[in-house]
Amino acid sequence: MVLFLRLGLILTLALATLSARAAIEVHTFDDPALEARYTRLIDELRCPKCQNESISASNSMISKDMRAQVATLLAQGRSDDAVKAYMVKRFGDYVLYDPRLEARTWLLWGGPLLGLLLGGVIIWRVVRARRQSAPGQLSAPERARLEALLAAHDEPSRSREHPND
Amino acid sequence: MNRRWLLFIPLAGFLVLAVMLWVGLGKDPSSRDSALIDQPMPEFSLTALDDPTVTIERSDLLGHVTLVNVWGSWCPTCKDEMPQLLALRKAGVRILGVDYKDTRVDARDFLNRFGNPFELSAFDPDGTLGLDLGVYGAPESFIIDAQGIVRYHHTGYIKPDDVKDTILPEIQSWSSS
Repeated sequence: MVLFLRLGLILTLALATLSARAAIEVHTFDDPALEARYTRLIDELRCPKCQNESISASNSMISKDMRAQVATLLAQGRSDDAVKAYMVKRFGDYVLYDPRLEARTWLLWGGPLLGLLLGGVIIWRVVRARRQSAPGQLSAPERARLEALLAAHDEPSRSREHPND
Repeated sequence: MNRRWLLFIPLAGFLVLAVMLWVGLGKDPSSRDSALIDQPMPEFSLTALDDPTVTIERSDLLGHVTLVNVWGSWCPTCKDEMPQLLALRKAGVRILGVDYKDTRVDARDFLNRFGNPFELSAFDPDGTLGLDLGVYGAPESFIIDAQGIVRYHHTGYIKPDDVKDTILPEIQSWSSS
């Protein structure tokens, strides 16, 4: 009985994955190079209806339309950039997983580099400051004060070495 | 020189980041500015919903401010939006309905049941105009000025409050300019 239930469950799940796969239609190309470009493009374009899914992964109506449109545009001989520009013109920069480098996005691209530079400068300055205040670099009054302190410290400690004397 | 205040720079950076992320949390993630704002309305040529021999084109929109509403009888929120669209029509707004990914029979049935707010009704079964407008779900609305430039984009359904608060003021501001 349990075995049958298990088999039934496995079969149901297997069939469920089949139908999920079948829902993503396949666009066929005569040219394998074109097909490779298509596959890459639909991975790089983001579904505008979804929060974080490429149009290749999403099963929404708009993603299906966009995939069909990508296939049509590629068949017309448009370049990858032209296909992306076509989609950006309609859906905005949101559809690009890789934002373009432009005046509006320089902080996005340059931010990490800027952070690295800033961190580097801070570390460099801290290290330099430490090196300058390293021991042996005491000024004359500081040295005199240090010797006085050491001398004052020596006296009582010696007397404590043999408390019973 | 006391430079301890420099130690607060990371804290300030953190606060700025926290405020930005907090504001981002409050935003509606499904609402996005249209890429078509201040761009010309795309060219289109679609048949009229009630007459396949009549075509509706971009030039039909010129001369008046038009509200373009993308809808479909399959879309439940479009049903909820109808009273607002009817109110807008009553207020004198010219509305082009784009029946998106639908069948003529279902669409006509829908309009018979819930009222027809559209002065012009175009039939877009393949979603070609929808794609050119960057529509990713119905309903969506656009305001096109008399020169055919897209001026305003409304994602999702027009709530009862939106009629007086956003749509009518937008229509008026583009009518007078």
